[in-house]
Amino acid sequence: MEKYTIEGTPKTPTISFDIQAGVLEIKGRSIPENSIEFYKPLVDALDKYSAASKPATTVNIQLEYFNTSSSKCILDVFKKLEAIHKNGSAVTINWHYEEDDEDMLEAGEDYQAIINVPFKMVQVSE
Amino acid sequence: MIDAYKIFDNMDQNNILLSFKGDITSDLLTSILQIMENKMDHMHEEPKTKRKVYNVLVECLQNLYHHMDDAANCQGDMHRSAIFIISKNDGAYNIITGNYILNENIYGLKSRLDEVNELSKDQLKDYYKSVLNNGEMSLKGGGGLGMIDIARKTGEKLDYNFLEIDNKVSFFTLIIKVTQPQLI
Repeated sequence: MEKYTIEGTPKTPTISFDIQAGVLEIKGRSIPENSIEFYKPLVDALDKYSAASKPATTVNIQLEYFNTSSSKCILDVFKKLEAIHKNGSAVTINWHYEEDDEDMLEAGEDYQAIINVPFKMVQVSE
Repeated sequence: MIDAYKIFDNMDQNNILLSFKGDITSDLLTSILQIMENKMDHMHEEPKTKRKVYNVLVECLQNLYHHMDDAANCQGDMHRSAIFIISKNDGAYNIITGNYILNENIYGLKSRLDEVNELSKDQLKDYYKSVLNNGEMSLKGGGGLGMIDIARKTGEKLDYNFLEIDNKVSFFTLIIKVTQPQLI
């Protein structure tokens, strides 16, 4: 498995995980009613990746909306990344937010306070 | 006979943008969210306002979705029905949801709502982070994050009411106000 991709829907984000390059991207909306079910395959893929992680892992999160049910699952994903970081792959999480979206910036800062991985807050123009 | 005009007039007077009564399904929520997004586009709402309303709407409607079964499982299908109303008055959006709740569950819900209502903005932020990090994820949803998130995003108190129907169930109404964010 070199690449893992899930196409986005109106309620779920596009996920692309290039294992060879060590790049994970989550983009779009994450508002499914059942987030655990949606995120489980990604959490499993990260488990596999952690056994043979690249020297550096780049994570790009660019969410337009996410619900509180997803927020727990995103934390689970970040916790996996924290473990990968601890085990020697230099992980960076780039948290994107639209320039006037303070709630999204604040959400990124909440994760930054919990997760022991370098975060970069990246402003994007609308 | 149902007086359609009376219902129409009432909705008109109260500036109701959308209302629905019935079973809340996942597909219904997808459609409702799409309709509200289109409406707000037509109304030329600021992106900030649109985002706030959309976020809060998602949490309110998914709360309903996740709790539809609670009273229905114990009391039969007549309780498998809920209502929601979205209106805009004086520049503020009001999202009102109503659903049956077992009387025995009122105390727990009321305590949680009162707890959230007593917290300041900074306390809500800390509380959110602590529940996010330590709280057990329920199989249904965010494990109690929804109400905290709504209070945090709106900056308003959660207004609610419990109307006793009989000795088993009550009707729970939640009224959320989303004011236009101040434009700087």
